[in-house]
Amino acid sequence: MQTAAPGAINNKMNQQFNHVQSAHCESGVVSNLLRHNGLQISEPMAFGIGSGIFFGHLPFVKVNGIPGTTYRIWPSGILNKVCKRLGVQVHSEKFSNPQKAMAALDQAVAANIPVGMQSSVYYLPYLPQAYRFHFNAHNLVVFGKEGNEYLVSDPVMEGPAKIDPESLAQARFAKGYPEPKGRMYHVSHVPSQVDFRKPVKQGIEQTCNFMLKVPFPMLGIKGIRYLSKKIVKYPELGERKAALFLGNIIRMQEEIGTGGAGFRFMYAAFLQEAGIKLQNDELRNLAQSLTAVGDEWRNFAFEAGRVCKARTVDQNAFVNLSQLLMHVAEGEQQFFTKLSKVKL
Amino acid sequence: MKKDEVPQDNNDLHKQTFKQLFYAVDNDGDYVKVPSVGWEPENVAMAQAWDEVNDRIAQAKEKVLQGEVSPIAYYMEKSLMDISILAGHVGKFQWQVKRHFKPANFNKLSDKMLQRYAAAFQISVQELLQVK
Repeated sequence: MQTAAPGAINNKMNQQFNHVQSAHCESGVVSNLLRHNGLQISEPMAFGIGSGIFFGHLPFVKVNGIPGTTYRIWPSGILNKVCKRLGVQVHSEKFSNPQKAMAALDQAVAANIPVGMQSSVYYLPYLPQAYRFHFNAHNLVVFGKEGNEYLVSDPVMEGPAKIDPESLAQARFAKGYPEPKGRMYHVSHVPSQVDFRKPVKQGIEQTCNFMLKVPFPMLGIKGIRYLSKKIVKYPELGERKAALFLGNIIRMQEEIGTGGAGFRFMYAAFLQEAGIKLQNDELRNLAQSLTAVGDEWRNFAFEAGRVCKARTVDQNAFVNLSQLLMHVAEGEQQFFTKLSKVKL
Repeated sequence: MKKDEVPQDNNDLHKQTFKQLFYAVDNDGDYVKVPSVGWEPENVAMAQAWDEVNDRIAQAKEKVLQGEVSPIAYYMEKSLMDISILAGHVGKFQWQVKRHFKPANFNKLSDKMLQRYAAAFQISVQELLQVK
């Protein structure tokens, strides 16, 4: 957990940006930017207040013919909600061309204002090649310039990185959904006093509504059951496709910076921290329940990985995976129902 | 997940330098951040996704060499793009890009259009014209 140094500095003008590695890019950028502006907030707190956790299986949103699965809410949702709930103002702009976007960046750098931006991981040379797909909703912070190169705080990296202007311009103007269009943002106002109680309450309430009450079969806990029923039919796709479909679920759950178990562990960390901050034992106990559900998600991924590796379409194996998911859904149903009844 | 259960299954794809953070509980039941170099199921899924990509590239290349499709089809796969992304880069509709997949149409493209495709693929026009 991130802890602030005693007497953490509030003077942002002369302060070097303090990069802290995170599990996920968006909650990480929010946490790092707010901390730089004097508001101490950990990644899990940002994630929970921003109602980051979710589930959705969307067979009609396909990438290379593979249906999409998500364990989080839509891009930029966390940033917008955290800021709204904490009373933080963020100035955000988009640009019509790379020249204007890079000029605006240079101005911000000259004024010593760290800026968050939306980018495509495909054009970020400091990331390992294997992660560089056309994913356009990656968040990072640029906080300075050394010679010709920009200093980048990419939350998923251990330390700060450098990037050449050409690559950064390409990353900011990548094509495809969601198109970044040079989107750049900075914190323009932070309240002097923040009470976490109401934002935590709002974050939890919305999350419980999304998980329990959205009337679509593909979203929330219904979505987990929906996927569970889909998986039984995967063997009909043939071994190659079945393995690719399963593999994509594993990757969305474990690979793209979720902190493990598709953000479930990060959300449990949020409940634990919120429980301590608000002196609420119920939240701390519920954190443990969610950890247990997260372990079941991990178990599902482990078994799915074995099926992928074996590359067989053994019907029993897929039935087993489907049952594991049904069990996860049951666990989440109980967990979110209890969470929705906690008095805050 | 317990702190000491956070897997450390490395593979070539991750490079030795890249560690992701995971949230796991320590012996007191408190959440802490733990770096991990990778996990077997995820490594399998990632390797499999790249195998698929490489298959697609190889197939597209074969078709270009056979004269069935234009080099655009090959470079699109090689750049991990799909038609919608590529269309966005060159400022055309998807059906227009699909037309350019046909060698006969590709051969009629203007220098300016070739230039745009080459820029989208981050290669020279020379390379675009010759698939090796």
